[in-house]
Amino acid sequence: MSKILVSTTVNGEAQEFACDPSTSLLDALRTELHLTGTKEGCGSGDCGACTVSLDGEMVCSCLVLAAEAEGRSIGTVEGIAEGSALHPLQTRFLEHAALQCGFCTPGFLVAAKSLLEKNPDPDETEIRYWLAGNLCRCTGYDKIVRAVQHAAADLRQERTVA
Amino acid sequence: MNDMSGKPQYRVVGTRPVRPDGIDKVTGKAVFSADHFVAGMIYGAILRSPHAHARIRSIDVSKAAALPGVQAVVTGADFPTLQSLEVELGEGGGNIVDFSRNCMARDKVYYDGHAVAAVAATTLAIATEALELITVDYEVLPHVTDLAAAMAPDAPILHDKIRTKGLDTPSDKPTNITMRYVKQHGDAAAGLARAKVVARGSFSSAPVHQGYLEPQACTVSYNADGQVLIWASSQGAFMIRTVTAQILNIPIADIRVTPLEIGGGFGGKTVIYLEPVAVLLSKKSGRPVRLAMSRSDVFRATGPAPGTVCDVAIGADENGILTGAEVIFSGSAGAFPGSGTHPAAICSLACYKIPDYYIEGQDVVTNMACTAAYRSPGAPPIIFAVESVIDELANTLGIDPIDFRLRNAVQEGDPSPTGTPFGPIGLKEILEAAKVHQHWSEPLGPNQGRGIAAGYWPNFGGQSTAAVSLTDDGTVIVTTGSPDIGGSRASMAMMAAEVIGLPYENVRAIVADTSSIGYSMLTGGSRTTFATGKAVVEAAEKVVDEMRSRAAQIWGVDGSEVEWIDGEASCTAPGKEARLTIKQIAGKTGMSVKGPISAESTVNPPDPGPGIAVQIVDVEVDPDTGTVTVLRVTALQDVGRAIHPSYVEGQMQGGVVQGIGWALNEGYVFNAKGQLDNAGFLDYRIPVASDLPMISTVMIEVPWPSHPFGVKGVGEAPICPPMGAVANAVSAATGVRMRHLPMSPDRILSDIAAAQ
Repeated sequence: MSKILVSTTVNGEAQEFACDPSTSLLDALRTELHLTGTKEGCGSGDCGACTVSLDGEMVCSCLVLAAEAEGRSIGTVEGIAEGSALHPLQTRFLEHAALQCGFCTPGFLVAAKSLLEKNPDPDETEIRYWLAGNLCRCTGYDKIVRAVQHAAADLRQERTVA
Repeated sequence: MNDMSGKPQYRVVGTRPVRPDGIDKVTGKAVFSADHFVAGMIYGAILRSPHAHARIRSIDVSKAAALPGVQAVVTGADFPTLQSLEVELGEGGGNIVDFSRNCMARDKVYYDGHAVAAVAATTLAIATEALELITVDYEVLPHVTDLAAAMAPDAPILHDKIRTKGLDTPSDKPTNITMRYVKQHGDAAAGLARAKVVARGSFSSAPVHQGYLEPQACTVSYNADGQVLIWASSQGAFMIRTVTAQILNIPIADIRVTPLEIGGGFGGKTVIYLEPVAVLLSKKSGRPVRLAMSRSDVFRATGPAPGTVCDVAIGADENGILTGAEVIFSGSAGAFPGSGTHPAAICSLACYKIPDYYIEGQDVVTNMACTAAYRSPGAPPIIFAVESVIDELANTLGIDPIDFRLRNAVQEGDPSPTGTPFGPIGLKEILEAAKVHQHWSEPLGPNQGRGIAAGYWPNFGGQSTAAVSLTDDGTVIVTTGSPDIGGSRASMAMMAAEVIGLPYENVRAIVADTSSIGYSMLTGGSRTTFATGKAVVEAAEKVVDEMRSRAAQIWGVDGSEVEWIDGEASCTAPGKEARLTIKQIAGKTGMSVKGPISAESTVNPPDPGPGIAVQIVDVEVDPDTGTVTVLRVTALQDVGRAIHPSYVEGQMQGGVVQGIGWALNEGYVFNAKGQLDNAGFLDYRIPVASDLPMISTVMIEVPWPSHPFGVKGVGEAPICPPMGAVANAVSAATGVRMRHLPMSPDRILSDIAAAQ
């Protein structure tokens, strides 16, 4: 089975990798590009731990073929901070202790970032439904929802100041 | 350090700093079990039984071994034959022979998903392809996955050798009932006879899974000299080392386990499945091997919590004082013995003063994955049954359920389940706090109900080692062997910073590999902040003592003339008043004749403080669909002392929500062949964000005297009340007592229909 050469953009950087036609985007990110921040919790699109953005849309990378990334733009947890400066979501997740084991955290951050890009002022219910595809077994979601609310307020403030 | 009220004033303990491993976990840098790559690594895969119960007549691996790219094939025949040995791991234990057979089947498979062979190949795709080339000749046997059916006299027998332990009259008949445990006090029948009202009921619960998000995985490198490196995530790196060494007859010092970040465990990662298999694959292939489970493997083959059946009768007099109780239950252990019978029995009635009681528990093997610990292992479904009956008693007597519990609640000095008197236990304090909480008196709407329940878990102490070392610039490193499953590095650094008198940021805490620090039992039993914390405090105190002694040496005074105040040495000798900062003392360590300042402490505290929790839950039940919506939760707990309150709240909130899942959604479903029909998150539905409200927490601090800061373990108690609280709320909303978990919509509708 011959490999497919894929040219794509990951977190703003041009990347090339070769993969089998059956390789998922999740496996390519983790194994070919060593971007292991994106996690596999189920491999069937049920847990959201592998959430990445694909041309700005939130997807489960375990349900996308790596070959589909050709010519497209992917965002992962590794691209959320700017250099050493954390994104408000990352800062508020830490301050609110919105993670215990931290395994689901990358998926939550990517999903929450996607939410706030579309809706800068979500209410609690909107946050809970947007994040309903991301499973967390440690926190009971309370502190995650609060961290997202707080980060949303930060980002609105930033926009007002700008 | 005491203010006028007598409450200690701390600089660091009780604050909420960012955890030391936090940045790694929000930037994707943290290395979890499947994130570790080793040069030359190949990939393993495991063939699992499709049968719930079968004899293995033969296994032919020749075609798999011949597939290009395959480097090693392992079956049960590659495992050494072991002598029976009971092993205690910290949250339950078992027999090493069973552990070995659970990692890889020998003559029989006991459950759908039981490992029968493993392959390592240059790619995972080749390894997976090779599995299909393995031929296993099974003689399929009758199976039993249902707990009650497994206890029937004509049930299919899993293990020919099992005889029920603990019977008054021993029987030589093969059985699935592995043991019977009885705990009694006085005369339960007489106690019930004295009651004005006796409430009783038969309860049951389905097996549930811990549902940690990170599937088990490990990477293993076996070297030609027999030394083994293991990188894995687990609640106990030392547990992996011990059990792997025992299963494979390897000297313990030849195995070095590096604990990677752990993606949740809740008790489920207190046992091992993959590591011995990976060691054999690495030994045969000469290559480092990565072995990882799929989510389906996790549900089918790793330890769920037992399903239970439980009959409860509790009596009270006209004043609402409990007179007697009887609790008779059984738990499904899965393939091998051990369903938490003893802790379930111990915890079942522990919240209440009951003069006469009889508790009997049975452990029953079934054709399901071998159960593992799950947060207060054994206790939650039995506490659900007891708290439901307590609720019914209060209702029948017309007494407010909090007042009813207050009249019977244990307090300091009352006998604990082990017979020794309880130390400071805050059950009355949290019940009083619940009673005055605004939530308790808030009005409810139509189809809504409010429930309350309490829960007890004894917590664990156990062996721990910690090291504290001072660097040349006066910053400090804290090293433990306790895997950090939810913020323990933060609490270790905080306790050391408090003792030494440094800012939190000047103390860094790490979790070392098994060759770099002395032994610690696994992270479980809510023991880490208590026991490992105690070791950290002791080691930090030794470092302070040494710094005082160095200061005394510098000043040429006696050690007794140096006090340690706010992180500085202060000379109290008359006429010699002087101070030295940590940095000044540390800067001299390199040149000192005495060498660097570093201390280690080992502890094995036998006296952990109890875990005690009370929760109030409001629900709304849709009368047409039977769907339950959780509207509001208030979780109260005696936390002893919250070192990092955010992570204590997190334990409470997480425990509550797991309990809500246990109450409403979760449960193993087996098909007629005994295969698990819901081995994925789509069909085994754990609570998601949109199912839930915020989870309010109330932390009550009743400090525990045998910990320097008063810590009581907090991780497990919060999963004891939720099922009772939700069931009591649903019963209040519907007027029908709910006795079976999960309270799924169809179950609720049929229970309501049956009551009409």
